[in-house]
Amino acid sequence: MTPDEWLPAAQAGIRQDPTAAARLLAEAPRRLGRASAAARVTLLTALAELPDGPAHVAGVYWTGDSGERLAVLAALPSVPQAVAVPLLEDALRSNDARLVAAALGPAATALDQGTWRQGVLKCVFLGIPLAGVHDLDRRADPELIAMLGGLAAERDAAGRALPADAAALLTETRQ
Amino acid sequence: MRIFDPHIHMTSRTTDDYVRMAAAGVRAVVEPAFWIGQPRTNPGSFADYFDALVGWEPYRASQFGVRHHATIALNPKEANDPRCTAVLDLVPRYLLKENVVAVGEIGYDAITPAEDAAFTAQLAMAVDAGLPVLVHTPHREKDRGLRRSLDVVAESGIDEGLVVIDHLNEVTVRAVRDTGCWAGFSIYPQTKMSPDRMVALLREYGTERVLVNSAADWGTSDPLLTRRTAEAMLAAGFSAEDVDTVFWRNPVTFYGQSGKLDLTVEPAPAATFAGSSIARGGS
Ligand SMILES: [Zn+2]
Repeated sequence: MTPDEWLPAAQAGIRQDPTAAARLLAEAPRRLGRASAAARVTLLTALAELPDGPAHVAGVYWTGDSGERLAVLAALPSVPQAVAVPLLEDALRSNDARLVAAALGPAATALDQGTWRQGVLKCVFLGIPLAGVHDLDRRADPELIAMLGGLAAERDAAGRALPADAAALLTETRQ
Repeated sequence: MRIFDPHIHMTSRTTDDYVRMAAAGVRAVVEPAFWIGQPRTNPGSFADYFDALVGWEPYRASQFGVRHHATIALNPKEANDPRCTAVLDLVPRYLLKENVVAVGEIGYDAITPAEDAAFTAQLAMAVDAGLPVLVHTPHREKDRGLRRSLDVVAESGIDEGLVVIDHLNEVTVRAVRDTGCWAGFSIYPQTKMSPDRMVALLREYGTERVLVNSAADWGTSDPLLTRRTAEAMLAAGFSAEDVDTVFWRNPVTFYGQSGKLDLTVEPAPAATFAGSSIARGGS
């Protein structure tokens, strides 16, 4: 089977039997190489639309490696918030900058404000660019700015600076 | 000099080791699943360990420019605890993962019936998954364990070119050379194989179908002994080409049989934006 044939066949396979998704998603890199990341999101989005699909999407996350988890996080806007939230919270607990960044993408609208603020602060700690944080300008509130201000003061005392994007957010919102 | 350490337990090592290894030319490693010193008592402990081998550890390695792959298995020592037998049900799904390039470490520890069962079952899983196999030879009764391992491998029907028999020495290497299996050698600081003894073996048996590793873990071990052995080869008159064969091309050929070896290193976001140190999350 050529890589071009593989994706439609995998999609059909998942429609027929959603439990086949775990195996097909794991296999994707071996079949498609670098194109597998986008293909996984396509497959997961299709899976989410099936009856019981969202539970299968969550299953792929819990049994997934980092690549599979990143794909699930990217597909989360297609699953109900109740299913999405535990996965987003898990990703935010990790120390993998890719997972943390992905958890603050569009699906982060499902997170409560307190969890979201901690996530943004963690981005600053891990050096993750804030440009990828979904809806940052609208969602940044005085409490987040106060948290960033506290971090800036600690960094200052240690002779270190905040990343430029966090410093800019602090200055803009304080004005 | 480029080095691929085909057997090293990085989970037990520090970021300083990654820094020193990268500076010494180590660009790729394979981390076999094995015993972690403290016996585990349930499959969940293994699931978390395997998750780290396909999640956190490759990410950590990437921040130092080291490509990390894993082998997955229930090891022979813990195969003897009936509470861990169900780990065998977890193994197949990990064998599908992107960075899992072999089944291992399997083989014998105390040569028990439970070890026989786990060994045979996991050889069959390797055949199903089309993956190579890393066989650990026991520290005690090495010769008996080795001969039995070779018999079990032969009975399994797996292509011998997909099998490496590891932790060999001057006594046990000959029996492996008589088969189509690869010969693995672990270089240790004090006991077992030393760089100079390894060089003597390479002179006697050649550089084909040989893997040389540090097997560094939580015990007395040294992740730079691959580099030291490469230097000993050069000092003994081997060419740079021979060194590259042993420390790069051979492991690439062996694990490349998985169809999953990917040696391109993508810098992780944290490395790009926060310097080369592992960032600590604030929460
Ligand atoms: Zn080992």
